[in-house]
Amino acid sequence: MSNMVNLTINGIAVSVEENKTILEAAKHLHIKIPTLCYHKDLCVAGNCRVCVVEQVGNHKLVASCATPVAEGMEINTNTLKVRNCRKHIIELLLTEHREECTKCYRNGHCELQALSAEYQITNQDFIDLVPDKNYTVDRLSPAIEKDDSKCIRCQRCVRTCAEIQSVGAIAVAHKGSEMKISTFFDRSLDEVVCTNCGQCIVHCPTGALTEKSYVEKVWDALADPDIHVIVQTAPAVRVGLGEELGLGLGTRVTGKMVSALKRLGFDSVLDTNFTADLTIMEEGTELLTRLKRALVDDDPEVALPMATSCSPGWVKYIEHKYPEYLPNLSTCKSPQQMFGALAKTYYAKNVNVAPENIISVSIMPCTAKKFEANRPEMKDSGYKDVDFVLTTRELAVMIRQAGIEFEKLNDESFDSIMGVGSGAGAIFGATGGVMEAALRTAYEIVTGREVPFENLEIIPVRGLEGVKEVTIKIEGTVEAWNFLEGVELKCAITNGLENAHQLLEVIKKGDKFYHFIEIMACPGGCLGGGGQPFPVDNEIRMQRMNALYEEDRNLPIRKSHENPEIVQIYKEFLDEPLSHKSHKLLHTSYVKREQY
Amino acid sequence: MDFHEKLVQNLVSKHGKDRENLLPILQGVIDQERFLSEEAILKISKEMSIPAADVYGTASFYSFLDIEPRGKYVIRVCKTITCAMKGKNQIVLAIENFLKIKVGETTIDKKFTILQTNCLGWCHKAPAMLINDEVYTELSPEKVVDILREYKEKN
Amino acid sequence: MTTTATKKQLHRIDLIFNNDDDCKEILRNALSRSDQEIVNEMVNSGLKGRGGAGFPTGLKWKLTAESKEKEKYVICNADEGEPGTFKDREILTRVPHKVLSGMAMCAKIIGAQKGYIYLRGEYKFLVPDLKKELRKFHDILDELGLDFRVEIFLGSGAYICGEESALIESMEGKRGEPRNKPPFPSVNGFKGKPTVVNNVETLAHSYTILKFGAKKFRDLGVKDSRGSKVFSVSGDTPIPGIYELELGMTVQDFVDDFGDGDCKAVQVGGASGFLVPRKRFAKTTIGYEGKLTGISLPTGGSMMIFNSSRSMYNVLNNYLEFFEEESCGQCTPCRVGCQQLLKGIKAVKRGEKPTSYLDQLLKLTETMKLTAKCGLGQSVANSFSSIVENFREEMIY
Repeated sequence: MSNMVNLTINGIAVSVEENKTILEAAKHLHIKIPTLCYHKDLCVAGNCRVCVVEQVGNHKLVASCATPVAEGMEINTNTLKVRNCRKHIIELLLTEHREECTKCYRNGHCELQALSAEYQITNQDFIDLVPDKNYTVDRLSPAIEKDDSKCIRCQRCVRTCAEIQSVGAIAVAHKGSEMKISTFFDRSLDEVVCTNCGQCIVHCPTGALTEKSYVEKVWDALADPDIHVIVQTAPAVRVGLGEELGLGLGTRVTGKMVSALKRLGFDSVLDTNFTADLTIMEEGTELLTRLKRALVDDDPEVALPMATSCSPGWVKYIEHKYPEYLPNLSTCKSPQQMFGALAKTYYAKNVNVAPENIISVSIMPCTAKKFEANRPEMKDSGYKDVDFVLTTRELAVMIRQAGIEFEKLNDESFDSIMGVGSGAGAIFGATGGVMEAALRTAYEIVTGREVPFENLEIIPVRGLEGVKEVTIKIEGTVEAWNFLEGVELKCAITNGLENAHQLLEVIKKGDKFYHFIEIMACPGGCLGGGGQPFPVDNEIRMQRMNALYEEDRNLPIRKSHENPEIVQIYKEFLDEPLSHKSHKLLHTSYVKREQY
Repeated sequence: MDFHEKLVQNLVSKHGKDRENLLPILQGVIDQERFLSEEAILKISKEMSIPAADVYGTASFYSFLDIEPRGKYVIRVCKTITCAMKGKNQIVLAIENFLKIKVGETTIDKKFTILQTNCLGWCHKAPAMLINDEVYTELSPEKVVDILREYKEKN
Repeated sequence: MTTTATKKQLHRIDLIFNNDDDCKEILRNALSRSDQEIVNEMVNSGLKGRGGAGFPTGLKWKLTAESKEKEKYVICNADEGEPGTFKDREILTRVPHKVLSGMAMCAKIIGAQKGYIYLRGEYKFLVPDLKKELRKFHDILDELGLDFRVEIFLGSGAYICGEESALIESMEGKRGEPRNKPPFPSVNGFKGKPTVVNNVETLAHSYTILKFGAKKFRDLGVKDSRGSKVFSVSGDTPIPGIYELELGMTVQDFVDDFGDGDCKAVQVGGASGFLVPRKRFAKTTIGYEGKLTGISLPTGGSMMIFNSSRSMYNVLNNYLEFFEEESCGQCTPCRVGCQQLLKGIKAVKRGEKPTSYLDQLLKLTETMKLTAKCGLGQSVANSFSSIVENFREEMIY
């Protein structure tokens, strides 16, 4: 129990733990203090100064986000002095900011805009500084756009990139009036260590960092009668989309989403959960094969732990920062890219449409997927496997533009083929989900029995902790897998690249050994992805996570290998996991990249 | 290994890899090369395990840690109040005329760069300037040309 | 030099610069006394930080000494960047051993084994001599059995690094951006350890106090402004230079002594200080009382004299260009405020904004003073308001 501190805010007494800030204490009293540079996910910066409050006895105002409470403190959050100063600060920010709200990508979702509205900034007395600034706009990356003229220098992106992601693609550069957020020598995000995870976007209060939008391209495709447009939807989208369209946090909207996509005019609405299940088959087999090579063949070349490769942010991170671990990455493509490769082969054949007439769209909680779809090697179907990637937010834009009253929609079901997913596929959207799905299948293949957790729920791999571990002793193996008898399968799961960095360092030092690690670039996994709705914090991530596990519980099939469409595709098309055809379409290789 | 790789490696082994040694290491490169090239910053970033953007951002904060190519002799004329009052502009003009370049530019032979800087701490002997680390005070247009002439003759 | 015999000259003090090279004896003597005794001596002397902020030095040492942490640091702030200030360079050139002795004494009291001189890059030429001095001083420390070493840390051209938390950030290899306070360096300083950051002159004075006792120091000056102060005198004066004077003089006394007979205004405390116009010379004293009232002005010792040929618009313009560049840029009121002030006075001068815009800018400086994260942004208001209020017509015409 930490010590409690008594203070008053606006004359109301409150008692909070001693390490709390004035801002947090005010929250207890349901007093809202405006903030811009503050974010629950990040360390305190105290640099925007809009959260200033009056502390009786102090002739200066104090930043409530950065000032710890003290016994007997008297705080006023709404005096004339405070309001005037806040107004000034908002006005100042606006003079450095290219004010083109009606033309801005973040129009309606901008914290600076909302604050200006709240403080009724209707005048602009100060001088517009924008014309004299040599602001750069970087639109070269296929995933993220950076527009310095919208930046308010709150440094939330910089802290995100460093603290949560340990990437450091962007930093604060120069000083004084020249101070800006910059990459290495101000290069394009496309050229630097940026993993395209988009966490900077979900943490940016304004339109300075946004996803590269492909909405118009998709509308074009939908408008072309000669084009067969198919869409796949990632697991995490169904627990985020509702949030963006005015439904409560963590509302599951799978059926409504399918219904909306059909109304938008997609010729076929399919499910990435299907290829999530396929990933389990391929990756699970790859893991077992690696284990066999290590344990039976004593092959010194085999790279363990094997690491998941579903998260393109993580893949690019390792390509930049830990190239020596590239052999550890599973060669499996991500579910999105497996889907893309199959869409223009297996699916095309099945529905009898020429692949060149198919446009394959994917709806992802992720911005790195935009980059991934653009990787030059992602053309194994003979065409660009995935043509356009939209984020959850972009899909919401399309739904709104189409005049669809989302909350009124009836539930509809995915089309087929490639439209059936298991509960195991659904939980891919949460950190630990791939591990859980893999264990459900691998354990059963090896032992012929269900994974020994009640109701298939492998609780230790779930949740938001930085590094989770699970060890499963394999006993009672079936004949083909006898070499695994008694083996303790050691697994670790992490989310957020800073945690991944920590885990890799532990592994590198040899302090820990694992057979299999699941790494997701974003905090909470895909449900906390860079393409998901604003705002985000751990409470919101937990709500989305609970919704995904609920989705799993409510599905009739909860193990990838029991998905009938999976059984079908191996029978009709792929033969077996790691087959020649699988290798050609579903597996990939990686490259070493620069370190700046 | 090329020259600046070796230079950075020597500096890092002299000062250490911890972050608090970053400034002395950057200064060490400046002493040798007069500016921080992309290659030098990358090498430092790798050796010290600090993201390259962060090293760049840190360097760009300090006006003496130039991130643009500079001449062998960097002239920094103080532009703050007392020097401004005591004829800084004439000094700058004299230098510009003598070297035939403007403030911010470097001579073609890469020997001189003219810059202006904030208070050098010689207000009682204004106007003042630095050439690399050397201070020159109580300047006049004639005096500054004499000084530069000497530098021109140096190698 | 040019002062006439009839003028009453300000009393020149010779505590800092007299070249008594007896630091070994002073330290030996001090080491024989209890820490408590020394801290009391410092507190009783009334010595306040000579960098300009005026925090009581004895209290700073005491607060840092109270921490139970094993690792602590003493840092001598020689990042003298305030326009019009050059006294620290002079002190480090002429009497470095006094500064080092002050550091050693502070280290002993707070329990530090390591000290640094954060020397601004502009003074790099001092390094060879300082290093020689350090070697000599370390020998003395060895002789006295004091486990303490001082190193030089070189800055690289950033005014804001004179702010103590920015200085610490800079020493940690980062951008010199001021930290949120609390916690203060006495709790969380260099590498997260309790740290005393003292100005060069402050440390030299602490040596004087050890040598002559608190009383001699305290007898100088007035009320809350005790002791002598080293002033950097520049601008329109026939005798620019370094002068050690008693605190508490009026600006009039100062101008009588140092002015060129045509003195229009004096900038006390550099660009971040106040401009005192002629009509207020007699009413304004130099010291720490009534801080910010404009009646008594604290100063890091910069005294810049302007005669009637000087345009106050140009002066303010120069200051604002300085701040606009030297602001670290992290906090809104300082980063954007400085740009607005600079652009604003230009716009008024050019007639692009009405003269009443100056009042709006004055209000803006009030916001900067109240909300900026550190002393830089907070003090831009000082020179701005004192110039605009006293020389409004020069801003317009």
